[in-house]
Amino acid sequence: MTAVSMMRSCPLPTGHAPPTPNAFPKPGFCPISGIMTALPPIIEDWFSRQGWDIHPHQRDMFDRATEPALMLIAPTGGGKTMAGFLPTLAELAEGDHEGLHTLYISPLKALAADIKRNLRRPVEDMGLPIRIEDRTGDTPQSRRKRQRADPPHILLTTPESLALLTSYEDAARTFRGLKRVIVDEIHALAESKRGDQLFLALSRLETLAPGLRRVGLSATVEDPPALASLLARHPDPCAILQADPGPDPDISMLRIDTPPPWAGGGGAYAIPAVLEQIKRHKTTLIFHNTRAQAEIFFHNLWLANEDALPIGIHHGALAREQRERVEAAMVAGQLRAIVCTGSLDLGIDWGDVDLVIQVGAPKNVKRLVQRIGRANHRYNAPSKALLVPANRFEVVECVAALEAARAHALDGDPRDPGPLDVLCQHILIRAAAGPFDADDLFKEVRTTGAYAALPRATFDACLDFIATGGYALRAYDQWQRLAQRPDGQWQLRDPRGASRIRMNIGTIQDSDRLKVRLRHSRGGAPLGEVEEAFAATLIQGDTFLIGGQIVRYEGLREMVVEVSRDKGRKPRVATYMGTKFATSTQLSDRILAMFGARDWPALPAHTADWLALQAQVSKLPERDRLLVETFPHDGLHHLCAYGFAGRNAQQTLGLLLTQRMETQGLNPLGFVATDYATLIWGLDPVRDPAPLLTRDGLHTALEGWLAENAVMKRTFKSAAIIAGLIDRNAPGGKRKSGRQATFSTDILYDTLRKYDPDHLLLRITRVEAMRGLVDFGRIEEMLGRIGGRIDHVALPRVTPLAAPLFLEMGKVPVKGSAEAAMIERERQDLMQAAGLE
Amino acid sequence: MNGLPFPFAGETLAALPSGALHWPARRLLCVSDLHLGKSERMARRGGPMLPPYEARETLARLDADIRATAPDTVICLGDSFDDLAAMRALEDAAREMLTTLMAGRRWIWIEGNHDAGPVDLGGTHLEALTDGPLTFCHIATDTAQGEVSGHYHPKARLPLRGRTLTRPCFLVDAARLILPAYGTYTGGLYSHAEPLASLMAPEAKALLLAAPPLAVPMPR
Repeated sequence: MTAVSMMRSCPLPTGHAPPTPNAFPKPGFCPISGIMTALPPIIEDWFSRQGWDIHPHQRDMFDRATEPALMLIAPTGGGKTMAGFLPTLAELAEGDHEGLHTLYISPLKALAADIKRNLRRPVEDMGLPIRIEDRTGDTPQSRRKRQRADPPHILLTTPESLALLTSYEDAARTFRGLKRVIVDEIHALAESKRGDQLFLALSRLETLAPGLRRVGLSATVEDPPALASLLARHPDPCAILQADPGPDPDISMLRIDTPPPWAGGGGAYAIPAVLEQIKRHKTTLIFHNTRAQAEIFFHNLWLANEDALPIGIHHGALAREQRERVEAAMVAGQLRAIVCTGSLDLGIDWGDVDLVIQVGAPKNVKRLVQRIGRANHRYNAPSKALLVPANRFEVVECVAALEAARAHALDGDPRDPGPLDVLCQHILIRAAAGPFDADDLFKEVRTTGAYAALPRATFDACLDFIATGGYALRAYDQWQRLAQRPDGQWQLRDPRGASRIRMNIGTIQDSDRLKVRLRHSRGGAPLGEVEEAFAATLIQGDTFLIGGQIVRYEGLREMVVEVSRDKGRKPRVATYMGTKFATSTQLSDRILAMFGARDWPALPAHTADWLALQAQVSKLPERDRLLVETFPHDGLHHLCAYGFAGRNAQQTLGLLLTQRMETQGLNPLGFVATDYATLIWGLDPVRDPAPLLTRDGLHTALEGWLAENAVMKRTFKSAAIIAGLIDRNAPGGKRKSGRQATFSTDILYDTLRKYDPDHLLLRITRVEAMRGLVDFGRIEEMLGRIGGRIDHVALPRVTPLAAPLFLEMGKVPVKGSAEAAMIERERQDLMQAAGLE
Repeated sequence: MNGLPFPFAGETLAALPSGALHWPARRLLCVSDLHLGKSERMARRGGPMLPPYEARETLARLDADIRATAPDTVICLGDSFDDLAAMRALEDAAREMLTTLMAGRRWIWIEGNHDAGPVDLGGTHLEALTDGPLTFCHIATDTAQGEVSGHYHPKARLPLRGRTLTRPCFLVDAARLILPAYGTYTGGLYSHAEPLASLMAPEAKALLLAAPPLAVPMPR
């Protein structure tokens, strides 16, 4: 939150009727709890001097401040943060609290820094004796040390910095007297391992400061009790307060004269219409689903921006300096539009945004609703949003998402139990803080919602992994990481190991990103970051987009991608990859239900006609059946399966089906997957798709295929780093390029698979891969939904619904002799070019 | 055996897919940088406790190469052990495997920077060995002539359309041959990085490990 928002968000504008005296009982102390029952006059006075009223939910939060756990759900701009801090300000107003009182945790460093500025102003205005400081990775070492010995009353920090604080021997002293923890943007934290790490840290704090009260601040979510159960100490209840959600957003599809293209995700066709909207509004946020799409859209927007409107770009792979520049310009009201990704999803307020445009289908209704909330932070004015489908099928998706948003039907998947790699890191952090008793730690961990059902045997396996490596071959008894003392307590064998642990705290995987820098700009600001895998595909002279400019790849030096500016207007390499979200189950269901309607008044004519033609030529997919089309095209035989299981699951389905086709001698050559279908091509026709789709053996086939797959190796690497098998950062040195001593984690994966297939880390890897990129759950869900009812339609030519798939990017070749031939051809070309053969 | 034959110093040698060098005329097999006991050394020094199976995995591959080529002489080109303590701490299973491999053939340990000093496992221990036109040593010298060395763990990148192939490799020019690291837990140094880039002559080739290895101009 910025200063502007904090002030604007809690109260209503001047001129609102002043509160009646009855609404403000005299401040007093509750003799039982020792906690304020009404706001101290100094705070009330300050509010009325500003001409502000206090929102009902802010007062509710204050009234119920004694609850052990309390979660507030409020839309953006609802004054959430002030609601969280009011009880703290009131309790500290007397000036008799020693040490740390309230810990505030946010997912973003920037948010912690902003809150510090915004809290200090009212605190200084009121002359309250409250010390407020932030502590993040950017805080200087000297201040961090001082903060541990002499903590402020209010400390604003991130989950990683908190985990680090709990790893010191003096953690008990630092947190002594702590009364409240405020977790901001808890809905965002809970979606990732950062949340698991945070909630485990809270279980630790509870031991250090018994009676600690927990407060969660969340945007609109689909299942508040589930989120609340993560926040509260298990099995304590958690009260949930709902703020008035405000008026429904004004949300519609952007009308564009040209129909969208058949495939692709760029939305370039919409540029003129989007520019027109930017001109008509004060400030527009333009959301994209991937960084790559944001970069391309921004580039095209600039080329078309004849009026030179000030437009910026913001996404997570840009250099911090560059993001901060855009943020500052935004807050100062200097920008008319920002092209952005999820990096702007969180609760920072960007000034006078009066329009949100979502380019590409939102894939997930909850995310759409949260993004729309970015616009128009006047509490009781509707936010305005426009959807821009990037292709013909996304028109259908957008209409389905609009219906869901209007019906307030949010989607979300049930949460899996707490991940074990994070638990392993938690055990390490605990060990760094000093000797511990395994029984005590187990009990403490089980008070964390996500780990409430953790079996003791699983905990012991994690502890054994940390202590000895957990290998079937007991090789390191002499060199154990943790040793058991005669009194049964566990401690680090070598106390110097603690610093190594502290250097590797965290669950954010950023180690495979490389900085991009202009060549010869010694010490100059980096332009941003690209994924290592993308950098590896570049050859000198390739051009790509970053931060809205075209750069030319010059080479890799140390761990930096060196580039030069390129005058060209078109990048040669599309751009770097980004996460692609899969369409949620709820949205897929709504789309299938729409197909069933047979009449589509909500759809533009171009899309309704397309669906009608499909119904006439073939069939439209149905929810409890699987439509499989086969047809010849361009000399090859094609099969299209409309599973509507989301991109990742459809991708996995492609791998499984081609594998089965291979065994049946059908010579598959490749496939491509989208959120709704998988298209496979090969040399021979599939006469009967049913045997390819039987459930029997599917899981086994998957396991066999998975074991060799890059998805598993990537998942393993991430688990190995989080669980502490390998260090992300080694003491006394940066990562060097090409160091002979460092080797790929793939080798560790292969070795474990061969010699220790039941090792804890392989079990973690399997579980994570199955629910992540492989998404096997949704394949099973789909097979269950269709229950063997397969509609096979054999046709002489491509069908309307299948046609766009031919234009999709990301075709996957089936590995085989074709690949070896390609490598050999490449090799011969090189040798001949060099005159060596 | 799926090796790639290539000429060097007037002899015909073969690069094996595993990273071993075969000299059929002399019935000689040469491997470099086994780094046996690397996981033990890392754990001992308070580093990560890696899966402790790398010694038996390395020796299992060496066993396969020895079965396939039936050499009279095996040369381990230095850094055979991650350090001497790691050699002494070698697990019994690996020690037995090694003893079996050594039985009945001439076995030469060239000393490396990691494992200088006497080796108490039998075999002959040398700083360097000259056999006909070839000289075997751990680190490449400035005045190489028919020199076979290791130490640098060379690897190279082959750009393919849309992706790259990165593999350990042999580097060879008219005067010297550098072997890839044979050990399981070993990383690599890119052929385009120093000192490899200046060490190798302009016409040098890289033989990327594959079955059979792929000869390409050395990427710079």
